[in-house]
Amino acid sequence: MRRRRNLVIGALLCLLFIAAAVVSFVWTPFDVVALDIANKLKKPGGAHWFGTDHFGRDILSMIMVGARTSIAVALVAVGIGMVLGVPLGLFAAAKRGTLIDELIMRGNDLIFAFPALLIAILITAVLGPSAINAIIAIGIFNIPVFARLTRAAALSLWERDYILSARVAGKSKLRISAEHILPNLLNLLIVQGTIQFSLGVLAEAGLSYVGLGAQPPTPSWGRMLAESQTMFSFAPHLAIFPGLAIVFTVLGLNLFGDGLRDYFDPRLRHNRHDESPEAIVKDQQSVNDEQGVS
Amino acid sequence: MIRYLARRLLSLALTLLVASVIIFLIIEVVPGDTASLMLGVNADEETRLALREELGLDVSKPVRYVNWVSGMLTGDFGISYTYRTPVSEMIADRMMVSFPLALYALALSTLIAFPAGIIAATKRGSFSDVSIMGVTQLGVAIPNFWFAMILVTIFAIKLRWFSAGGFPGWEAGFFAGLKSLTLPAIALALPQASILARVMRSSLLDTLGEDFIRTARAKGLSARQALWGHALRNALIPVLTIIGLQFSFLLAGAIIIENIFFLPGLGRMIFQAITQRDLIVVESVVMLLVFAVVAVTFLVDIAYAVVDPRLRRRV
Repeated sequence: MRRRRNLVIGALLCLLFIAAAVVSFVWTPFDVVALDIANKLKKPGGAHWFGTDHFGRDILSMIMVGARTSIAVALVAVGIGMVLGVPLGLFAAAKRGTLIDELIMRGNDLIFAFPALLIAILITAVLGPSAINAIIAIGIFNIPVFARLTRAAALSLWERDYILSARVAGKSKLRISAEHILPNLLNLLIVQGTIQFSLGVLAEAGLSYVGLGAQPPTPSWGRMLAESQTMFSFAPHLAIFPGLAIVFTVLGLNLFGDGLRDYFDPRLRHNRHDESPEAIVKDQQSVNDEQGVS
Repeated sequence: MIRYLARRLLSLALTLLVASVIIFLIIEVVPGDTASLMLGVNADEETRLALREELGLDVSKPVRYVNWVSGMLTGDFGISYTYRTPVSEMIADRMMVSFPLALYALALSTLIAFPAGIIAATKRGSFSDVSIMGVTQLGVAIPNFWFAMILVTIFAIKLRWFSAGGFPGWEAGFFAGLKSLTLPAIALALPQASILARVMRSSLLDTLGEDFIRTARAKGLSARQALWGHALRNALIPVLTIIGLQFSFLLAGAIIIENIFFLPGLGRMIFQAITQRDLIVVESVVMLLVFAVVAVTFLVDIAYAVVDPRLRRRV
C-alpha cells in the first residue's frame, strides 16, 4: 500500500512537471525574454506568483520554460544511453564469454572510471558549453548503465527453458535477443530509465549551474540558481523556487521509479525489505558519477 | 589469490592506459596553437617557437603522449602553461584541500548514516523508520550546490558562524582549516549520507533475517546483543563497498562545491585551467582523478576477495 502511494505521488509530481513544460510552449504567465526593469525583484505574490528576478522577468514563467530544457536534456540523454547501451548489453549477453563480451564490459568499466562531470568538462573544454554538449556528456554516461543492466538481466533469461526451445527451433541468437529477450527486459529498462531521467535532471542542473549547460537566453533551472547566488540574502525567492522545482522533479521521478519497480515485480510487494543491497549498490554507482555533477 | 591479484592489476593498468590515450586524444582535438594563444597576436615567430620548445610542444603528437605518460610515471606532470610552475607541485598543494575535504565529508556522512540506518532497520515500520526514509528520499533529490547556497545564507550570512568561502590554509591552524571546510563538507555529505543510510538499513534488514541471528537469539542473546555482536558486522560488507565508491566520488565530485566556496582544491584548479586554456593541467588532473577512481575500486575489490574467497574466481 505504502508502495502504491509512492507510485501515485511520483506520477502526480512528474505530470505536474511535464504539464508545465508542455503548457509553456503555448502560454506562460509572462514573456520570459521581455525585460521589465520597473518590476524587478518583486516578492512572490500578486500577478507574479513566484516573484520576479533582477531584470523583472517572471520566475514562474522561467521555471515553466526551464522545465522544457530539463526534460529535453535528460530525455535525450536517457535515449542515447538506451539506444546504444541496450543493444550492446544484449549483444554481450548473446556472445557471453567471448572476446567481444569482454571488450564491451571492459569498455563500460572504462566509462565508469570517468566521473560524469569530468566527461562534461572535457567535452566543453573541446567543444565549448551548450545544451547539446551537456546531453552528450550525460548520455555517454548512461550507455554503460544500460549496457550492464541489460547484460546482467539477459544472461539470466538465457538460462530459461523457452529460450532453449527457441534455440532448438533454429532461431539465431540475435533474433532471440530481439524477439524474446528484449520484450522481457522492458519493465526493467523503464524503471532504470526513470531513475536515469532523475539523475539526468540533476546533472543538467549542475552543469548549467557552473555554466557548462544551456546558454542564455534559454532559461534553465541550474542557471537561474547560479544567477540568483549573489542576490540570495535579499531576494531568496530567486533561488528557492528553481531549487524546489529541481527537488520536486527529482523526488517525483524517484518515487515513480520505485513505485513502478514494485508494481512490475509483484514479488517485491511481499518482500518488506523494499530494496536489495545489490540494487542499491548498482544505483549508487550511477548516482555517484552523476552526482559528481550536482 | 596471487593469480587473482595479478589479473586485477593487469586490468587496472590496461584501463589506465586506455584512459590516458582517450584523455590525450580529446585534449589534442582542441584547435589552436597553445603558444600563440599564450603570447597573443603580436608575438614574433622566434618567441613563439622558443616557447613551443620550452613547453615541449615542438615534437610530434605520439612523442608528446609518450613524454606525458612517462613523465607522470616518474611524478613529473609537466609545466603549467599559465603559471610556469610544475603541475605536480600545484596538484600537491590542491590535494591538501581536496583530500581532507573528501575525508571530512565521508566521515560526516558515515556518522549520520550509520545511526540513521540502524534505527530505521531495528524499528522497521515505526514512525522513526518512515521519517528517516522520507528524509533520505529528499536528501537524494536535493542538488548539493543548492543546499550549499542555503547553508551559506543561513550559517555564513545570517548567523555568521562560518565564513562564506575561502580557505585560510593549514598554516592558520588545524581548526581554522577544518572550520572553513565544514559547510562544504556538509553540502557534500548530504546525498552521500542519504544513500548510505538506505544501504545500511536494507543490508541490516537482510542480515537480521538470517538463521544465525535466530540461533543467537535462541541461545539467549538479547536483541541488542545479537545486533551489536553478530548482525552489524555482517551487514557492514555492502556498506563498506559503498563507502569506498563514495570516497573516490567525493574526491572528483567536489568540483562544483569547491567552486561555490572558493576552495583552492583540485576541482577549482581544473575549472580555472579550462578557462585559461591550460591544457596540460586539465589533462593531468583528469588523469589523476580517473586514477583515484580506478585505484579505489581496485582496493575495494581486493579487500572483498580477501574477506570472501569465492569472489576470487570472478574477474
